[in-house]
Parts: sequence; C-alpha cells; structure tokens
Amino acid sequence: MAARELPESVSAEAEAPARSPLGLAWARLRRKKLAMAAMTVLAVLYLSGIFAPVISGVLGKDYSDQNLPKAQHGPDGENWFGTDILGRDIFIRVIWGIQTTVIITLATTLTGSLVLGVSLGLMAGYFRGKTDTAIMRLGEVVSSFPDILLIILIAATLRPRIVEAVRDFEDATFFSGLVSTGLVDFIVIGIALLPLTWFGTMRLVRGQVLAIRDAQFVESARATGVSTARMLARHIFPNVVSPLIVTISFGLGAIALSEVVLSFFGLGVQVGRPSLGRMIGETIGRTGSSGPSVLQNHPEQLIAPIAVVFLMIFCWNLLGDALNDVLNPRTR
Amino acid sequence: MLTYSLRRLMWTPVLLVFVSFFVFLLGTYGPGDPVEIRLGNNYTPELAERLRDRLGLNDPFPVQYGRFLGRALRGDLGESLTFRGRDVITLIGPKLLTSAQLNVAGAIVAFGFGTPLGFYAAKRQGTWIDPSLVVGALVIFALPVFLTGPLAILVFAVNLDWVPVSGWGGLFDYRVVLPALTTGLPGIAVFVRLMRASTLDVLGQEYIQMARSKGLRASVVNYRHVARNALLPIITILGFTIAGLFGGSLITELIFGIPGIGRLALDSVFSRDYPVITALTLLGAVSLVVANLVIDIIYTLIDPRIRLR
Repeated sequence: MAARELPESVSAEAEAPARSPLGLAWARLRRKKLAMAAMTVLAVLYLSGIFAPVISGVLGKDYSDQNLPKAQHGPDGENWFGTDILGRDIFIRVIWGIQTTVIITLATTLTGSLVLGVSLGLMAGYFRGKTDTAIMRLGEVVSSFPDILLIILIAATLRPRIVEAVRDFEDATFFSGLVSTGLVDFIVIGIALLPLTWFGTMRLVRGQVLAIRDAQFVESARATGVSTARMLARHIFPNVVSPLIVTISFGLGAIALSEVVLSFFGLGVQVGRPSLGRMIGETIGRTGSSGPSVLQNHPEQLIAPIAVVFLMIFCWNLLGDALNDVLNPRTR
Repeated sequence: MLTYSLRRLMWTPVLLVFVSFFVFLLGTYGPGDPVEIRLGNNYTPELAERLRDRLGLNDPFPVQYGRFLGRALRGDLGESLTFRGRDVITLIGPKLLTSAQLNVAGAIVAFGFGTPLGFYAAKRQGTWIDPSLVVGALVIFALPVFLTGPLAILVFAVNLDWVPVSGWGGLFDYRVVLPALTTGLPGIAVFVRLMRASTLDVLGQEYIQMARSKGLRASVVNYRHVARNALLPIITILGFTIAGLFGGSLITELIFGIPGIGRLALDSVFSRDYPVITALTLLGAVSLVVANLVIDIIYTLIDPRIRLR
C-alpha cells in the first residue's frame, strides 16, 4: 500500500516543495475521486440547507404552504419530489429539514467537539495529574450512559425548563417571539447532543498531547520561556490538527444521524419547522400517530428525506476515511 | 494485572454513584409534578402538601438522593406514574429480556457476517475486492434503520410473504430473522472495518512470516495464526454491543412492533413517567459499565501480552 502511494506523494512534493503539511494532504486528497465526489455532495446538501430561505423565495413556495387538492401527489414539474399528506411540497420541506440538521450538527460540533473537546483534551494531556483525572472521570461518567436514552432524557427534561427561562426573558425584556422561532429547540437539542461529542474528541486530543509533550521541540520551547497558553496554541495544538480533522468528519455524520433519530421520535425541533427525522417518522407512522400509515400507500414520499440522510452519513464517513489516509499515513 | 483489576473494581461503584446522582438530578428537576399527576382531578393544595410530605418530596435534596440510592440498591426503583401501582422493576424486566434477545440476535448477525468479510477483505488487499468491500461496508453503515426496516417488511413480509409483518416469539422463533438483520446491519460494517484493520495488523507481524517460512500450510497460518490473533481486539467491541441493549434497537422495535424497552422508553418520555425513565437510564448505565469491566478483565486474561496498569 505504502509503496503504491509513494510516487504520488513524491510528485506532490516535487510540484510544490514549500507546501505546508495540510497543503500536501489537500493535494493528495484531490487525487481521490471518491472523496472529492463525497465533498461535492456534502457541499450541495449543506449549501442548499443554508440557503433554504433563498431557494423557497425563488420558487415562491414555503414549507408550510398547503395545497389540499393536490395532497399525496407524485413528483411532477411543479413539485419535484411530490407532495405530502397535506399537499405540502416535499422538496422544499427536505431543504428546510436539511437546514435544521445543518444548524444542529455545526453548532454541536463547534461547541462540543472543537471548543470543549479540544480545550479539555489539551489541558488533560498537558497538565496531567489531577486535572487529567478529573476530566477523564467526568468523561467516563457521561460515556457510561446509553447515548440515545441519555439524549432523550436530557431533551425531555431540559426543554420545558429552557422554554420557561426564555419566556421569562421575553416577559422581562422587549424581545418577543423567541420561543416561536424554534431557537429554544435548537438550544435543547444542541445541549442534549453535547455529551456525545466532547468526550471522543477530548480523549483523542489528550492522547496526542501525551505522546508529544515530552518531545524535544516542546522541551526547547519551554526552555526559551514560552508561556503555557502560547505553548498549547502554537506548539502543541498544530500537532493535533490532523487526527482532529478526521474525527470531526466522522463525527459530523454521527451527529447528523442522532439529530434525525431524535426528531424521528418526535423529540427534535418541535415548532412547525420541517426536519428530516420527523418527515420520516410521520410517514412510517411512529408511536403516537394514528390512522393507517402513509408508508403502505405512498412509500415514494420517503425517498427524498431518506436519501438525504443516507448521503450525509455515507459521504462524511467516506470523506473521513480518505482524510485518514492522507493525513495520518502511519496508521494505515 | 491484579492491581489493575482491583482498581477497576474499586472505581466501578464510585462511577455508578456518580451515574445514579446524575440520573436522579435529571429526574428530580425534570418538568411535571409527580404529585399533581398522581392526584389528577382530586388535586387540592392541602392534599398535595400531605402527599408530598408522605412521599418525602419536601425533604432536602441530599436526603432524597440518599433514600433513592438506598432503595435502588435493594432493587426498588419506585413505582410507575402511568401504570399505577406497578413496580418499575416488574414493568421493565420482561421488556428488558425481549430487547436483550433482539440485541443478541443483532450482534450475532453483525459478528457472523462482519468478521469473515473483514478477514477476507484484508487477505485480498491490493485487489479490487478490498476497496469494494470497504466502500460496501460504508454504504451498509449509512443505511438508516428506518429505511432497511420498512424495506425488509415490504419485500419479505408483504411481497414474498415469507414471514409475518410483525410479531415476536423470542430468540428461537423464526420471526426474529428480519428484526435481527435490521438491527445487525450497521454492525456488520463496524465489524468488517475492525476485523480488516486488525487482520492487516497481524499480517504484518514477524511471527506470521515465521509461520509461513517454516512451511506451514496456508490454511493453518490463516486460521490458527492470523484469524485467531486478529479476533482478539474485536472482543472489546462486544461491550458496546451491550450498550445497544438499551438504545440501539429502539427504532427496530418500533418498526417491527416488538414489545421491548424502546416503546416503553418513548411512552414514558411522552407521559413524563420519570421513575421509569430514570430506572431505564440507570439500568442501561450499570449494565454498560459492568459489561465493559468484565470485558476488560476477560481481555487481559485471554491475551497475556496485554498488561494494563
């Protein structure tokens, strides 16, 4: 394997001798067709989610527009993915559903994985001793819960409290309508997914830091009197970046799935906003819904939301694999 | 080895106390007043206050937690709020057994298909078989259960009519096949990847070269030297399979109408039945912690090279 890839990396280095390690990795990644395809698909999905309001504006359709005479209609020129039981356009709803997932995955990854995970991992690995023990033990407690149940429990217990708090805030200030924007739901789901994200990143970063903290370059930096903050940021952190990128790529897929599962059970974002999980849940007829399941008569309504979920998980994992190949050649 | 096991054993109860504290905290400060729910239409402030006193809900938080812990240790996790007068333990017990069977069946599927495929992929490294198996595993991994479940029902139950659409008869009933396949499918991918990596690792070892150079037959090297050593690290994953016992098959249970933990967990979340939710979370955490402990110890016993400190 290594022998076969050698010419590639040699030529990459020959082309641009002064490239940074990440630049080199990027050059190697660009040669992987599958990974580039995955990135393209993810870019299309994420961009269409982010620009959902624009797309709905251009098409002149909203996710809550009902067209009852044309309910449960198959795909045609007007409704590209067909319409649901209330005659709402499935394409628009899927796009908005993607937005929900995108917001939650990005917010959770940023706060949980990047901020919490990286800083705690750096601290645990660099200071060792009591700091390390405390952080690791806390992580052990959190990770000893079955994740889906913990997420459900947190989402169910936290939501009313946060709604209450935000309502009080609305009453006390001039802000209004915060609850109805769904902001609260995003906060709740974000917090509920946190325990899932920070520990893995933390352990990874900690391990990396432990492996290099006694290296000579760290020692010489310390000898020149570098401050702790600068040491962590400039000397230690850059050595953690490569494995971190790989974990985050895998993590984004996993969090997206968790969000979908949560809203599948009706515990996700609750205001009228569409979400992929709920679209699937309502079609399959999960617990709580009554009447004959839409699944039996109109399974085609499931295709679009499920395809999006599949593509998200598949592409993030594919990309993670490729990133692992180009960033951590030793572990192959 | 002994000190490691002892340290793990001593840490486990402490870990479980933390876990129970966290669960109790969430349950206590969760929304909905259990007294209000219990009294229903008979609610009056005086009556509520009396009941609260009797149930000890006016006691300080540490006292309440101590009582919760004491009862939990004796196997008393309280009474369900929705199913009046039903012990949480007797409510959960049979459903837990059902979910456990489903998960064992799923684990058998995942392990039974995953490890041979992973081994095969590693042996065929450098040919087209290896990358296509790896990508195939990724595809399987990304297929959500809410696609494979209904699809399996549609094809095998509705169109081919081989099995009934739903129903449950335990681990040794033929109706277990579809749910087991659905639960185990993503696991197959996990085992393929792990077994492939582990086999590649072993194949690079010097003792494999040694075994080959002394003229052992390929089949002997493959099975006695490679496969058996490659399987060792896979065992650690079985602990996580236990984790799925409480959460992983939630969706499968809903789709196939299996009377397991999944339905109960969801119903109790929606009806704010906190004793049931806390009991489920607590039991889930306890079994996960204990399973991981047991597997760690077994692992060090069967692989003498491992010396954990």
